[in-house]
Amino acid sequence: MTDIKGKAASVEFRNVTKVYPNARVAAVDQVSLFVEPGRLVTLLGPSGCGKTTTLRMIAGLEMVTSGQILIGGEDVSALPATDRDVSMVFQSYALFPHMSVRENVEFGLKFSGFAKQEIGDRAIAGLKLVGLDGFGERLPSQLSGGQQQRVAVARALVLEPQVLLFDEPLSNLDAKLRRHVREEIREIQQTLGLTVVYVTHDQEEALAVSDRIIVMNNAVIAQEGTPRDLYDAPASAFVADFIGEANLLDCEIRRVDGETATVALGPVTLSLAARGLPVGPGRLAIRPDRIEIAPAGTPNSLPATLKKVTYAGSHLECVVQSGAGEIFAICGDVDAPIKAGDAVGLSFPARGPVLIVP
Amino acid sequence: MAVGWLGFAVLPWYGLESNFFAFGWLSRGYPMEPELAPALFLVGQGKTPWLAPMALLLALPLLAWRRQKSDPFFATLLITVGALGLVWFFLQGYGIGLRGWRFEWMTALFGELGDRQFGMGYGALLVGGSFLFLMSLGIAARGAVGGDVFVVSSIVFVVAMVTLFIFVPILQMLANAMLTDKGGYSLGSFGGKLFAARLWGLDCLSGSGRCGVAWNSLFLAIVVGIVTTLLGLVFALVATRTSMGFRNALRALTVLPIITPPFVIGLAIILLFGLSGAVNQGLAEVFGYQPTRWVYGLPGLLIAQVLAFTPIAFLVLIGVVEGVSPSMEEAAQTLRANRWQTFVHVTLPLIRPGLANAFLLGFIESMADFGNPLVLGGNFDVLSTEIFFAIVGAQYDQAQAAVLALVLLAFTLTAFYAQRFWLGKKSYTTVSGKGDAGVHPPLPRPVALAIFTIAGLWIVFTVIVYATIFYASFVRLWGIDNSLTLAHYIQAFSVGWNEFGIHWSGSAWSSFFTTIMISLISAPLTAVIGLITAYLLVRQNFRGKQGFEFGTMLSFAIPGTVIGVSYVIAFNVPPIELTGTGIILVLSFIFRNMPVGVRAGVASMSQLDKSLDEAALTLGANSFQTFRKVILPLLRPAILAALVYSFVRAMTAISAVIFLVSARYDMATSYIVGRVENNEYGIAIAYATMMIFVMLVVIGLMQLAVGRRDIGRRDIGGDPQKAGWRSNVSLPAGGANQAIAGGG
Repeated sequence: MTDIKGKAASVEFRNVTKVYPNARVAAVDQVSLFVEPGRLVTLLGPSGCGKTTTLRMIAGLEMVTSGQILIGGEDVSALPATDRDVSMVFQSYALFPHMSVRENVEFGLKFSGFAKQEIGDRAIAGLKLVGLDGFGERLPSQLSGGQQQRVAVARALVLEPQVLLFDEPLSNLDAKLRRHVREEIREIQQTLGLTVVYVTHDQEEALAVSDRIIVMNNAVIAQEGTPRDLYDAPASAFVADFIGEANLLDCEIRRVDGETATVALGPVTLSLAARGLPVGPGRLAIRPDRIEIAPAGTPNSLPATLKKVTYAGSHLECVVQSGAGEIFAICGDVDAPIKAGDAVGLSFPARGPVLIVP
Repeated sequence: MAVGWLGFAVLPWYGLESNFFAFGWLSRGYPMEPELAPALFLVGQGKTPWLAPMALLLALPLLAWRRQKSDPFFATLLITVGALGLVWFFLQGYGIGLRGWRFEWMTALFGELGDRQFGMGYGALLVGGSFLFLMSLGIAARGAVGGDVFVVSSIVFVVAMVTLFIFVPILQMLANAMLTDKGGYSLGSFGGKLFAARLWGLDCLSGSGRCGVAWNSLFLAIVVGIVTTLLGLVFALVATRTSMGFRNALRALTVLPIITPPFVIGLAIILLFGLSGAVNQGLAEVFGYQPTRWVYGLPGLLIAQVLAFTPIAFLVLIGVVEGVSPSMEEAAQTLRANRWQTFVHVTLPLIRPGLANAFLLGFIESMADFGNPLVLGGNFDVLSTEIFFAIVGAQYDQAQAAVLALVLLAFTLTAFYAQRFWLGKKSYTTVSGKGDAGVHPPLPRPVALAIFTIAGLWIVFTVIVYATIFYASFVRLWGIDNSLTLAHYIQAFSVGWNEFGIHWSGSAWSSFFTTIMISLISAPLTAVIGLITAYLLVRQNFRGKQGFEFGTMLSFAIPGTVIGVSYVIAFNVPPIELTGTGIILVLSFIFRNMPVGVRAGVASMSQLDKSLDEAALTLGANSFQTFRKVILPLLRPAILAALVYSFVRAMTAISAVIFLVSARYDMATSYIVGRVENNEYGIAIAYATMMIFVMLVVIGLMQLAVGRRDIGRRDIGGDPQKAGWRSNVSLPAGGANQAIAGGG
């Protein structure tokens, strides 16, 4: 029995720039990044940020304008897609509609110089891996969306590529199926130890599936780190706002002692990581679920008035008017006896607010 | 390179008079006899020293042997060799005119020429081809288009073909237009011919005499363009926006004119309204006046051309009208526009490009139409017939023909530009990848009534016209002796037995078989070139792509008459000496019908999601494998449409063909026109009827072969969709339609 294995290799960008013909601004501007072998790294960002271009440059579907791309330590910048050991799962799946599922999976194998027997075995192993053995003779049109997606994955996997690319693979699936398929993808990636670069604009998907996330904005990397890093300590207003939700509030940095800064938010004094910021006006990002709604007058709390309380099943969504501006907060206790018009105090747990670059 | 040497050293350099594939040349003194010898032997014998540099150039690539492809030396060498080779190739080809060297310095270099140079043969073809290939290898190696040899050589190939068989002939025609009677070149003589009163006179406006030929053509073409566009729109609306059973009848009827040789409609008009025409005589009897010749001239031409070209406008417009996404109209209605406002403010503007296209086609078709004016024109002379008489008439004035052809070309190109200008850069694409549900809203009532009336009348009229043709083919002598007979068929298509087996004794068989053969050869070639071009246009990015696109689209604005004239002028002399061969017919069909293949390909290829190609590429297939394994199979409907259409067009074409036929390669259409000129209407009509049936059978067979109902219809792309192809592929909606309507 043939097994599908991973041949994971690293991916490295060195100052890669891509300018499309007839475009004035670069689609990707001086980007350098490194993806360790066997890791799943997500490129996350709003549409038009350059993440898909980055992915397509790894695939060889777009050529760099300047800079170098290395796969497994080798410079592949000048190689076309055909000659790179990379395969890709497309957003539309791009299954060939005139070929059966098996023929689709065998397609790439045929051009890789495998013996006939081997091609068949690998195709079967690939389909088995995604749980579609027995579907080989069907046409892609006879499969559901989720099944088509898995065929696309199998087709890419059987080549045992050095790097496997996913271009928004879940965007054509409905919400329930999404979670299921993304878990499957993650499982296959971890079992086979594949290097995967994954593009998405859905931050929740990115948080759930990745070892590391690279957030892109306006053709450059805005921040990179583990999902927890990005969520808990966004570096900029953009990242804070793009990943999850965040209240962005103006504050005053009173004092900096090495790594620790003393920050004043209205009457509240907070002790936070300084992140290299100087004394003076600053900016805070606070997650809505990291805000406690306490009774008015609680020590070291921000006095505020509840403007709106919305029941959302698992939690309450509150809009609060405070001296620092309007704040959005989530209250986990659905039975909390609060209502619009109440005067409350907002208090902030230690790991709640984060200083960001103003 | 090996191929190049094969051409240089083994195959005869010059064109042979007998058939190459008969291999008779092997036994007639080959390889030493100069007429048959390959270039290598010619050089060796010192007879044609000017071929020697090519041997050197062909040997040079050996230097690149075993070098890396990425080595800059490799690329530079190949490009230099290829380019130099090509330049020298054509220099020596065109350098030798009919009367020795064209240029003084060449005479000085090689001495006086004893004999004339013949047209190039297969040997030369291979050498030229290999230079082209070497050059594209070099360009690819330099990293153009991602270093893709297949794409680069396709581009180079298409560019070379289009240049050689469209631009060069036209340029040579331009040069010929300046030719004086004595054989020199002169702008004065060109100007004299260009501004002649016969062309541009405006006497008819003041009521004295006739207008210039150019004005006649222009006026006729504009009117025909407008009328056919309007009628086409009417039918398109009937077919898509009403629930009438009309629909299928309409679609069936529109196939007829496409498979009808264009002038046959003219014939039918004569039979109906001519001096001894049925309607004309009937009316004359009823109202008691002398039958007149009113139909000859502008009125008859108008009727005939409108009848002949409306289906083309219909096919263009139905694609566009169907392409307007219903959700657009539904959106307009939910925004409180009533039916009429929706139609005027949303639907009409969205189909504007279709209207412009339909008009352009009607205009060009009318300009290029040759058969109808010949049959029906009377004293109303138009450019196309004028060109014909300048070449075949007593005057035999190639320069005059060239000037006229240039005027014709200028008109169509202007129309082509005007259309582009009018459409500007606005995007009219409404159909997104996702399938739109929704229904087209019904038309406003007065509009619906009006279009039903018009469509009904037109259908009745078309039926009458075709019934007339069919009936007339059995009538002994229309209007004089109305008894029925099979004589015409027997004369044209009788089959006898003699000692050699079947004897095709009918007078039409020879041209009939030639036509079928030429059409069968040219159809697949047309489809191949068209699809490759379409692939390059839709899927590849390369420098000069816009120019490339423009060049290929340009050939679509060149009327057949012009192609005919320019081929006669360009390929009558070495180096490419083709007049009187079947090859020139095939070539003219390929380049006349190529835009059709391109359009069919572009239309359906842009419906294929690009990620399909990219998937294949990332899976390790190269661009040629991608083209062959992924794109071609998915384009089957478009290929079929292009095949059928170029076949049918080749069977019915007349405008270019009439200049290119020879005694040996006579085509059905020119044979029929010949019979008409001799007033043998019976045979002409019988032959035309026969051709209509043959083509119906051919089309029917092709449909059977692929199990589809109707050719040139939306259903061509329909089947796979019914089978439920998802997300990636919504196959050519209207792609095939545009294909059918595409050629000028």
